[in-house]
Amino acid sequence: MSPSTPPMATPLLELEKVSMSFGGLASVSKLDLHVDEGEIVSVIGPNGAGKTTLFNLVTGVYEPTEGDIRFAGESITGLEPHKITRKGIARTFQTLRLFLNMSVRENVMAAAYGHTRAGAVRAMLRTPGQRREEREIRALAEKRLAFFGERLMGYRWDQPAYSLSYANRRRLEIARATATNPRLLLLDEPAAGMNPRETQEITELIAQLRTEGGYTILVIEHDMHVVEGISDRVVALDHGVKIAEGTFGEVATDPRVVEAYLGTGGMARK
Amino acid sequence: MSGHFDDDLTRPLEGAAEASSAEGATSPEVGRDEWVARHGERVARRSGLLGTLEARFRTVPWWAWLTLLIATACLIPVFSDSGYVRRVAFDTVVFMLLALGLNIVVGWGGLLDLGYVAFFGIGAYAYAMLASDQFGVHLPSIVAIPLVALIGFGAGWLVGLPSRRLTGDYLAIVTLFFFQIFLTFTNNGDDVFGHSLTNGPNGILNVDELSFFGWSLPTTTAQGQFAIAYLYVAVVLFGIVYVALRLLDDSRTGRAWRSLREDPLAAELMGMPVNWLKLLAFASGASVAALTGTLQASLVGSVFPQDFAFPLLITVYTMVILGGAGSQAGVVIGAILISVLLEVLRDPGDSRGLFYLLVLLGLVGAFRLSRQLAVVLGATVALGFVARAVAGTIDDRWTAGVGGGGGRLAGWASDWVIVPTQLAGWIAPVTYVGLIALVLMLTLLHGWVRIAVLVPTLYLAAFVWENVMLAKPEPTRYVVLGAILVGVMVIRPNGLLGERRVEIL
Repeated sequence: MSPSTPPMATPLLELEKVSMSFGGLASVSKLDLHVDEGEIVSVIGPNGAGKTTLFNLVTGVYEPTEGDIRFAGESITGLEPHKITRKGIARTFQTLRLFLNMSVRENVMAAAYGHTRAGAVRAMLRTPGQRREEREIRALAEKRLAFFGERLMGYRWDQPAYSLSYANRRRLEIARATATNPRLLLLDEPAAGMNPRETQEITELIAQLRTEGGYTILVIEHDMHVVEGISDRVVALDHGVKIAEGTFGEVATDPRVVEAYLGTGGMARK
Repeated sequence: MSGHFDDDLTRPLEGAAEASSAEGATSPEVGRDEWVARHGERVARRSGLLGTLEARFRTVPWWAWLTLLIATACLIPVFSDSGYVRRVAFDTVVFMLLALGLNIVVGWGGLLDLGYVAFFGIGAYAYAMLASDQFGVHLPSIVAIPLVALIGFGAGWLVGLPSRRLTGDYLAIVTLFFFQIFLTFTNNGDDVFGHSLTNGPNGILNVDELSFFGWSLPTTTAQGQFAIAYLYVAVVLFGIVYVALRLLDDSRTGRAWRSLREDPLAAELMGMPVNWLKLLAFASGASVAALTGTLQASLVGSVFPQDFAFPLLITVYTMVILGGAGSQAGVVIGAILISVLLEVLRDPGDSRGLFYLLVLLGLVGAFRLSRQLAVVLGATVALGFVARAVAGTIDDRWTAGVGGGGGRLAGWASDWVIVPTQLAGWIAPVTYVGLIALVLMLTLLHGWVRIAVLVPTLYLAAFVWENVMLAKPEPTRYVVLGAILVGVMVIRPNGLLGERRVEIL
């Protein structure tokens, strides 16, 4: 738990009996979930368990068919996605969705839109305020990219995003998400497609995001080593229903989780 | 699940955040990347004169190019006192402005707007109504022009409102309908509940010329030629619009538009109000088009519904696509190229020169400066003289004709190409289709067979050009333009200055 943040009365994110069905097929049903300020919570579960749907519900891509989603004590159900982002929720995508033909730096700068003000007319007139804001956006982007070491620095700033390797694209997505100045970060499989070394790095990086960035983090991850390494709490989903919740040890040994997801012997290697 | 957790990967993540400042660190650390550090050695650059030139060109800032372009446009009256040339220059600037506006919608916003020309029309009609005897309103230009730009913005906003949730094909259809509504309305606007708004097909006549601070700018000189002042006004407007859009592109709004083009969902989830941004792009493009409409209406002095028809839409789209949608400099170059080409192709002498130049350039492009090129050219010329001599001995009439148009090349061509006085009816279609078939066949052949077929193909092309194409200059304009477009798009699929677009996930 981040030492700088005092414990809050209400959780930062709270889902209450949230259901989502597509044409009668329930993807998430009556899900209760909460994430406290400064916490890192992992969501695990087999494919099709409703994990990404959960992210889409929280970020406003889908509107829940039932239930209420509250962020910092305030209902965000039914808000447009960009308004939810402005309230302080940012995400990355399982299938990367970068602005591929824009430069690395511009990808991050674009995400500062929500908390900056200078409009089209001020941009055309290049007012002093607009220029100051532009410098701030640029500095913010470079700071966010510097978080990942040299990999996204220097000449890479001006390279198009499509020229990046897969792992760097994942890093860039996280940098872009943090440029919206969120309080809650939703990371959708941050370690997918990474090699063991990169996976290890991302594990430590997520921890660093909390300690240095001060973000509360909700993460979907399949790699149990990552989950074990980062989570304060783990939530297991199956068929849209929460089947277990608790510390990593509790959830990983829960018979229902083992049956639905891990498989017998899955954790025996550990 | 990874089983390597406890291997050699437990090195602490030291300095990921400070790595940027940790220069000279000796041990490899996480975040420090040899491959990145040594990237300078891998950058491929052309060497020699071409490389130096390329490097120099890249360092020239955009405003230097813009100044050069504007200076050139302003110097046109020095180079040519022909009213025709000056008028073409004015029309070209109008097209440049239209292309800039469309580039906002299509190039930056990624919205397929097929109603774009209607906003040009709305601007022209709005100016005509605000500065003519139609309603007895005569606003000075300094008021009318910004007002029309605002009206265009509002019209774009209104049209965008119902279609803001649409993309791609659906948006295209809706905007196309809007274009049709505009045409229908202007055509039938002579009786709106008993009032005449647009005078229908008769248009609005006697539109005021531009006037600034009481100074009126006549549209023609005393000799009845195009008044150069309008070119200057157009160039000034173009300069303002170009700079404004350039600054806009490099701003929060510009970045948001490009994000929206790349991935609307990701843009929305990164805090950008996608629907609002779409509306803004749509309305900004419409505003530029309407602004351009004032130039057109004030110079021509009248507006008719048929001035804003479908071919104009296609022309402007062609300019944007040829130049490279998304690149401001590109669409301007596209506009200049198309506008000038269409005029050059009007004159058979000029268009003949262009034709042979293009064939020659094409050959040089295909063979470089090699022995093969010499063989092909030599063989083609030889074939020409032999064929003409043979044809001449069989029947004099076969070589007695004169190709259309004038110019230096006409004499040369008629020494070389068979030009009969009277062409038998079947020859034109057969040779034309035969030429197309030969060209298509060429793409399937290789090596010396290809060169062997290329020689008669070239000669046939010259024959068709002199006998068939030049006889009908008007369709030929569009055929040649189309061929050039196809050629450019094959060589540069993203337009002349268009950025390479990558769509891999």
